[in-house]
Amino acid sequence: MKARMLIAGALAALMLSGAAQAHRQWMMPSSTTLSGTESWVTVDAAVSNDLFYFEHFPMRTDGIIVTQPDGSEGKIENAATGKYRSTFDVHLTQPGTYRIANVSTGVMGSYMLNGKQERLPRGTTKDKLATVIPAGATNVQTAEMASRNEIFVTLGAPSTTIFKPTGVGIELVPVTHPNDLVSGEAANFQFLLDGKPAAGLKVTVIPGGIRYRDALGQMDLTADKDGKVAITWPNPGMYWVNASVGGGREGGPGEGGPGAGAPGAGAPPPPRPSAPDGPPQRRASYISTLEVLAP
Amino acid sequence: MQISHRLLLSGTVALGAAGAVTAPASAQTLNLSVTIPRLTVAEYHRPYVAIWVEKEGATPRSLAVWYDFDKAKGEGTKWLRDVRQWWRASGRTMSFPADGVTGATRAPGEQKIAFTAGKGPLGALTPGNYTLLVESAREVGGREVVRLPFAWPPKPGASVKAQGSTELGAVALTFGK
Repeated sequence: MKARMLIAGALAALMLSGAAQAHRQWMMPSSTTLSGTESWVTVDAAVSNDLFYFEHFPMRTDGIIVTQPDGSEGKIENAATGKYRSTFDVHLTQPGTYRIANVSTGVMGSYMLNGKQERLPRGTTKDKLATVIPAGATNVQTAEMASRNEIFVTLGAPSTTIFKPTGVGIELVPVTHPNDLVSGEAANFQFLLDGKPAAGLKVTVIPGGIRYRDALGQMDLTADKDGKVAITWPNPGMYWVNASVGGGREGGPGEGGPGAGAPGAGAPPPPRPSAPDGPPQRRASYISTLEVLAP
Repeated sequence: MQISHRLLLSGTVALGAAGAVTAPASAQTLNLSVTIPRLTVAEYHRPYVAIWVEKEGATPRSLAVWYDFDKAKGEGTKWLRDVRQWWRASGRTMSFPADGVTGATRAPGEQKIAFTAGKGPLGALTPGNYTLLVESAREVGGREVVRLPFAWPPKPGASVKAQGSTELGAVALTFGK
């Protein structure tokens, strides 16, 4: 019961943000370390509770962007979406590290019109803001959201060209290359929020294989003043990495954006706030799936 | 095709040099014996084997990689990354086929290979402590790495032995002039 209420609360928060990030969203590549002059990876993409089992909802593939080692844009091929997962291929033709990312940005918020609170439509982007707010609207409150779900695969030696930050949302800057991870060794990553070190960012790391164990095995980390975290991988395998700000999701308690509060058990669903206590907060989320090899 | 052929030839030459007494008196050799175990399994493929040398603070050097180099379109290189410690240490920065390093997979039994200091993939060795590593990864099978630490220059009559437990048998390193 409690869990259901929590999920309902989380869903409400997500619908507000317009991001399809209920439960855990993930992409799972067939390999992250590849050899040869060219190769392929197949990626499963899904939204699920258990990592990494496709058992709930497929991830959409239409927003997925491939960045090739030289910085040029690649493409996904053979994309298909089933009941529980999507799948697609990426042809690796250049040596170096590829990024496969689903990045979305938008604006959420509300305004008052004729005594009623209206919400900005889903999918509102910053440049369209002026056209979606009607004349006569008052008490306009907006907040930007940015979500990034990305994975990395490397043909040959790892390269770093693709890691140039965009300055939008949460981004990972490698100190340790994300395709050079070995269990028992500490990996260091820097997280940026809108291009600046994400000091104090809460980062959650969960090993895959949840279905066959009782303990989640979650590691909760806090970025230092430079936005850096050190992760020591207890075992080889695939790990889900998640960080968010302002959303009340995994990765840390929410900062209390509107709708982010999860009702307690037995409590009646809270009424939609007619007027938020303060302006909605900046929201950003980051997800990656990292493969850790055995030594 | 021609490239492969040339590589095979150079491989043979290197092997020939191992037992040759005509090598210059000053040329020191690393004589390596690697036993590939005979396994009773339903599906057997000869393992991919990588041999390389590491020294603290120095770039690891690949000495030999035995793999399916002669498959069409270089398909055999797809599985090189499964020799994963070597791949990380050295293989991923190389291009294949690698002259003097690439070799064909070898059958179960004792396999010998020699490397000459100052020549070929081994190159010149500065004095110090080294580790020679042998890693074997087998399709639909397991993987194992054994380490042979040695000092350079070697003491006369020095030898290093190690024993694999699954994918490698006895591995022995001796030194010759």
